Amino acid sequence: MGHVEISGVSKRYGDVTALDNVSLSLENGEFFGLLGPSGSGKTTLLRSIAGFVHPDAGRILIDDEDVSRIPTHRRDIGMVFQNYALFPHMSVFENIAFALSVRRHGKAETAERVEAMLRLVQLTGYGGRRPDQLSGGQQQRVALARALVSRPRVLLLDEPLGALDKALRQQMQVELRQIQQEVGITTILVTHDQEEALTLSDRIAIFREGEVVQSGAPDRIYERPRTAFAAEFLGATNFLTGVPSAQEGAVGRIALADGQTIATLDPLPAGPRSSGSVTVTVRPEKFSIHLGARPDFGGATPVNCIRGTIARQIYLGASITYGVSAGGVELVVFEQNREAVLHPPGTEVWLSWNAAHSIVLED
Amino acid sequence: MPAAPRISAFGYGYLAALLVFIYLPIVIMMAMAFNESSNYELPFRFSLIWFEQLAGNEVLWRAGRNSMLLAAVNTVVATVIGTMAALAFARYKVRGHAFLQVLLVPPMAVPWLILATSMLIFFYYTGIGRGLHAMLLAHVALSLPYVVIVVGARLQSFGVDLEEAAATLGATPLQTFFRVTLPVIAPGVAAAALFAFGISFDQFVTSYFLSPPGVTTLPVEIYASIRKGFTPEINAISTLIIVLSMALLLLVSRFYRFGGR
Repeated sequence: MGHVEISGVSKRYGDVTALDNVSLSLENGEFFGLLGPSGSGKTTLLRSIAGFVHPDAGRILIDDEDVSRIPTHRRDIGMVFQNYALFPHMSVFENIAFALSVRRHGKAETAERVEAMLRLVQLTGYGGRRPDQLSGGQQQRVALARALVSRPRVLLLDEPLGALDKALRQQMQVELRQIQQEVGITTILVTHDQEEALTLSDRIAIFREGEVVQSGAPDRIYERPRTAFAAEFLGATNFLTGVPSAQEGAVGRIALADGQTIATLDPLPAGPRSSGSVTVTVRPEKFSIHLGARPDFGGATPVNCIRGTIARQIYLGASITYGVSAGGVELVVFEQNREAVLHPPGTEVWLSWNAAHSIVLED
Repeated sequence: MPAAPRISAFGYGYLAALLVFIYLPIVIMMAMAFNESSNYELPFRFSLIWFEQLAGNEVLWRAGRNSMLLAAVNTVVATVIGTMAALAFARYKVRGHAFLQVLLVPPMAVPWLILATSMLIFFYYTGIGRGLHAMLLAHVALSLPYVVIVVGARLQSFGVDLEEAAATLGATPLQTFFRVTLPVIAPGVAAAALFAFGISFDQFVTSYFLSPPGVTTLPVEIYASIRKGFTPEINAISTLIIVLSMALLLLVSRFYRFGGR
C-alpha cells in the first residue's frame, strides 16, 4: 500500500508550463521531497496528486490505480497544508475526528483512534481546545494527526513547517520524520528549504520550470549534482570554468583562466563542445587551506592544489568561511576552526582537494 | 500596548448630540404609547389603553401577520438563493462573473420607488398581478444583492483551503458545505438573513404599489392609518415592533459576534 507512480504528467496554464512531462516513482513508505524555487512546479504536482489540479497529460497511479478521474475525497490521501487549514469552529478532537465522522465510524472507535493520534503527536489532553488556543507547533501537530487518522495511502505535505520559526522548525522536522517512520506512510513533501528536504527525505527531486532536473538520494544529489542549478540549489558551492587540456587514464585535466590546472575523475566531455569550455563544481567544505610552500601529497590519489589569495573571511565560531581568489574566480571555502588560526585577507595560500570532488557539470 | 488617545470634551458632546438625535424621537414615541392622552398632552399619565385598542384592531393585526409571513418567507428564500450565488461567485468559475457582479448594484442604487413602479408595470403585463406573491417576488429581488454581498464578504475572509482540507479528509462536496463552509460563514449568513428580514419587514414602497385592496402589510397599513388620523395606537404597535426587533438582534448577536470569530 502506498506506491505512487507519476508518469508523463504535464500541466499548462495559458503560456506557462507548470509541469513538463514529469515522471517519478515512489516506493511504499518512502519519504520523497519535491524541492525547487517558487513557480518550479513542485506544488502543482502535489496538488495534482491531491486532485485539486487536473493534469493535461500523463497519469498518476496510487497502488496501481489510475486516480486521474477520481475526485479528491475518494483518493484516500492525507494532506497537511501550509497554514494547517484547521477547522476554526471545531475542537482539536473534532478536527482530528473529521475524517472518521464523514466516513460514519462508530463513536467508540472514533474516540479510540483520535486518542491514539493525540498520543502519537504528543497532544494528549488537548482534545477539548480550539485551534486558536494552540501555538503554531501544536496546530501543525493537530494538522498532521488529522491527516493521518484515517490511515491514508499517501501523506502530502505542502510546506508544512514554513510558518514556524527556525528552532521549532528543526524540532518539528525530527518529530515529523519519527512519526512518518512509525506510521510507515508514503510521504511527499513540497519545500523550497533545502535543509528541510535533506533532513527529512529518503529521496529528493529538484524541480526547475516544471521539469525534474535531478532526483535521487540527498547525498547522491549533493555529492554528484548533474547541473549547475542542482548544485546551487542544494547547498553552497563553487564553480570553476576551464578548458579540457589532457586526459591521463582516469584523470582529466582542465586549464583554468589564470593558467593553473585542476584534475577531475569525471570523464571530460567527449568531442569539442560549442564553447570548448567545461564547468566544474567543488563544495566549499572539500577544500583544505595550506600556508607556506606547496604541500607535497605524494600518494596515489590525484589531489588538486592551486595557488590563491585570501580575499575575505567570515568568522562563525565553529567554522570560518573564506573567500579565496584563485583560478580567476573567488572561491568559497569552509574551514573547521580546529587551530583557532585566522588567515587575514591578503594571505597567499594553497587550496587542495581530492580530484574526486571536482564534479564536471553537464551545462 | 500604547494608551488609546483620550477623546476630547468636544468629541463627547458630538457623540451625545448624535445619540440624542437618533434615539430621542424613538424614546418620545415609546413614551407616548403609554400616555393616556390621544393628543400628546402632558403631564404624562401612564395607561395601557392604546395597547388595549390595538388588541382589538383586526386590520392592523392582519397586516402584521402578512408582514411577518412575508418577511419570514423572504428571509429564507433570499438567504438560500443569495448564499448559493455568493458561493458560486467565490468558489466556482462563472461565465460573465464580472458582469453579473455589476448587475448586483442597480437594485441597491436605483430608488425603490422606481423599481416598484417598474415591477408594478411588469407584473401587470405578465399577469403576475398584485398580492402577497407579487410582494414576495419584489422583496426577494430587493434583498438578494445585500445577501450576496454580505455572505460574499464572509467567504472572501477565509481561503479555499478549509474546503480542500475537508476533501482530502474524505468529505463529499455536500458534507464539506454543511460541516465546514456553512458553519464558518454562519455569521455572514445570519447577518444577511437579518438584512433580508429587515428589508422585507420595513418595505413600504413596493408593498404599497403591489398590495391589492384588502391585502396590506404593516408599513402600508400604518401609513394608511396616519393619513386617516394619527392615533397613539400606531405608537403602541411601533413600540412592539421596536422591542421585538431589538430582542431579535440581541438574540442573533449572542450567537454570532459580527465581523470576527
